[in-house]
Amino acid sequence: MVEARDRIAHLYRRAGFGAGPEELDRGVARGYEATVDALVAIPDRDAGADAVAPPSFASESAGAVRDPAQQRAQRQQRQEELRSLQQWWLSRMVASTNPLREKLTLLWHGHFATSIDKVKRPQLMYGQNQLFRALGSGSFESLTGAVAEDAAMLIWLDSNTNKVGHPNENFARELMELFTLGLGNYTEDDVKEAARCFTGWGLSPTATLALRPAQHDDGMKTVLGATGRFGGQDVVHLLTHSPASSRWIPARLWSHLAYPVEPGDPVISELAPAYAADLDLRRLLRAIFLHPQFSSDRALTGLVKQPVEYVVGALRALGLGVDARTPVVLQELGQVPFAPPSVGGWPQNSYWLSTAASLARLRLATALAGRADLHALAALPAEGRPDAVARTLSVARWSGPTAAALGRVAGDPPALLALALTAPEYVVN
Amino acid sequence: MADVEGPSEARPTAAAASAAEPAPSAGIHAITRRQFLSGGVAASVAGAAGLVVARHPWAAAHARRASIDGRGTLVMVTLYGGNDGLNTVIPFEDGHYLGGRAQLGYQPNEVLAIGDGLGLHPSLKGMKQLWGRGQLAIVRGVGYPNPSRSHFRSMDIWQSGVPDHDVPSGWLGRWLDTGTDPLRALSIGPNLPRLLAGERASGAAVPLGAFRLPGGPSLSASFADLQRPFPGEPALEARVAQSGADLLRVQSALAEALSHQPAPAPAGGAGPAAAPAGNPLAAQLDLVARSIKSGLATRAYAVSLGGFDTHANEKQVHSELLGQLDAALTGFASALAGDRRGQDVVTVVYSEFGRRVAANASGGTDHGTAAPVLVAGPRVRGGFYGAEPNLADLDQGDIRFTTDFRSVYATVLEGVLGVDSKVGLGARFAPLGFL
Repeated sequence: MVEARDRIAHLYRRAGFGAGPEELDRGVARGYEATVDALVAIPDRDAGADAVAPPSFASESAGAVRDPAQQRAQRQQRQEELRSLQQWWLSRMVASTNPLREKLTLLWHGHFATSIDKVKRPQLMYGQNQLFRALGSGSFESLTGAVAEDAAMLIWLDSNTNKVGHPNENFARELMELFTLGLGNYTEDDVKEAARCFTGWGLSPTATLALRPAQHDDGMKTVLGATGRFGGQDVVHLLTHSPASSRWIPARLWSHLAYPVEPGDPVISELAPAYAADLDLRRLLRAIFLHPQFSSDRALTGLVKQPVEYVVGALRALGLGVDARTPVVLQELGQVPFAPPSVGGWPQNSYWLSTAASLARLRLATALAGRADLHALAALPAEGRPDAVARTLSVARWSGPTAAALGRVAGDPPALLALALTAPEYVVN
Repeated sequence: MADVEGPSEARPTAAAASAAEPAPSAGIHAITRRQFLSGGVAASVAGAAGLVVARHPWAAAHARRASIDGRGTLVMVTLYGGNDGLNTVIPFEDGHYLGGRAQLGYQPNEVLAIGDGLGLHPSLKGMKQLWGRGQLAIVRGVGYPNPSRSHFRSMDIWQSGVPDHDVPSGWLGRWLDTGTDPLRALSIGPNLPRLLAGERASGAAVPLGAFRLPGGPSLSASFADLQRPFPGEPALEARVAQSGADLLRVQSALAEALSHQPAPAPAGGAGPAAAPAGNPLAAQLDLVARSIKSGLATRAYAVSLGGFDTHANEKQVHSELLGQLDAALTGFASALAGDRRGQDVVTVVYSEFGRRVAANASGGTDHGTAAPVLVAGPRVRGGFYGAEPNLADLDQGDIRFTTDFRSVYATVLEGVLGVDSKVGLGARFAPLGFL
């Protein structure tokens, strides 16, 4: 049986980026269910995150830049904008006072994974990020419909060049495979037919959706067995309300918040019916956090921290801020915000456990230990320091061998903290 | 359905080599060859491959060329995104090619012709030279049954080597399972591809930049202290500790080896220098070349280049990417040219799928199926292997595969790594004749 305090600490790690000792005390006093309700309420205001100054973007002309010198200047400009965009979002995560919204924004960025590598314009990535923030806990149909019309997505999966006669299947395929249904729940014909429904979706000069009737195929289409003169949003409706999607979406959320599962898992069978009724994500999140399996031993050691979670969690715990090095560190760890490796987003768990990532963690941990204020830790007797670090890092307890290894360096607080940040108990969420 | 008994086929060079020098692989050569039969197509392909090679003018050079005989180094180059095979090895004489690609296709006078009505993409000038030297094998129409058009599923299939169900380990990972040393296979970059993930063991990921541990020896010793496994440790936490232990092993071995093979002086600041700017694959292969020359015990390397998902504006994007590929492979070949160990290096270039024959309206192509695999190396027997797909006989607009991808893997498992291909593939597949 998981202790009440450990259970709430686990909730804060998964629904956010970890909690400090005082926040845990408040959670324990309030009780688990009330803490869940407070988290999933997601108020509109986030006093911490909203204090972070938003990034600014230079206006860009609609047409392509041809002059080489101007092209270089534009690349440079965009590179700087991307850096400030990354720092802005990471700073929001670090400063957030209700971090579930930022956590969901990260989750949807991985789900509807879109990369600056092709979109090119940081401002459009910013727009998509704000979309995830605004709609990430409402109706999944509304979220998906908005993502389909989002400028960055229109570019990323080529909807803006999808025309009658020669449809481009890119968006339709990923919409089914990754965003709504999962492999095996649609046919190749469904992909081709759905692609026809999205023909004529273009990008206006101001980077909004422009419907171009002349390029739209307004014939009859058959998608998942339904036939009609469908447009793109009809497809979004059909897909998000299909039985396969009512398992796929809970399975994706469960996999990112508890532990990886397939849509056929018994846990998902319990979550799917209520979700299918209204596609309400806030209710689904509440059901996930309150499910007994969410607090099981399997869940407690079921996820490796993604690099963004690892870095943000450590900065929050140590009272440090994002700096210019942070995006570089994330690149070494293998997870660059706004640049997922593919439309499939980031894989989980063992994907983060390469030797290269192990080195990057050790380097980061050493650097953070050099930046952190360790006076309070150094004031403690050496034998009490490993446990104090565990409390700071929101680790329930060190295993015997880790405690022994940390005990041997307890006389050297920076080394102790650096090693604790690389300990298996901290790397696993 | 694999591992069907078929007529046995001897491989003259391999038989001769194993007779002269009984290597660990000798036992494998003694096994009756089995042919993988995928309908009648694969059988006729296997027969055709030998004939095609014999026709080439460098057949005599092949006869003189020593076999690697299972003692080589394998370099797998993964092109992520689905490389357009038809615009890589171009059937420029086939009317069905330009018929579906009026804008996107290459005219006969644009391609680098290599015979059989085929030409290399204009960006592949270095590959054309390798072809001229008889050091480039082109395996045509490579794929698997019931092709998936999903990037992820199809790449998982290519990297796991299992086409009909999901397997978390890679075909090279299962070879790694026969030992424990993470140094046997290295991938360059932060994340380890499934290719090198075994069920028990795995390869190591080496970053491109500086590969040094922070802090002094005492921090390293304490870090090592943290990685000791213990009974009852949760599975993921044990994996974390394993990656830390592997890091220590690989870092010290590589640091020692590369101290004798320094990178050329950086042009300005840290980072890999020898590689052309903006060519990530060249930077990775530069590190691989130095590792090989240093005598590091690594037998397999994994490198990659992304961006091949050319649904739109393909002509420009694809030309640039193939230009990067060509520059990187050419640089790699010349870096190893004078090196003894470099003689036994075999490089395989593949992607998760090719693309549709017909272009879409965005100046690009959608996800397709079978595509050519390129195999290069000083001891590779250059030429065409596998039948060229018939563009007049498509499966709903897609190419039907003629050569099972596992026969490529079987060839390098046996010929380069010297292991029974059944170790990696679960069944035996008729090797192709390129080694």
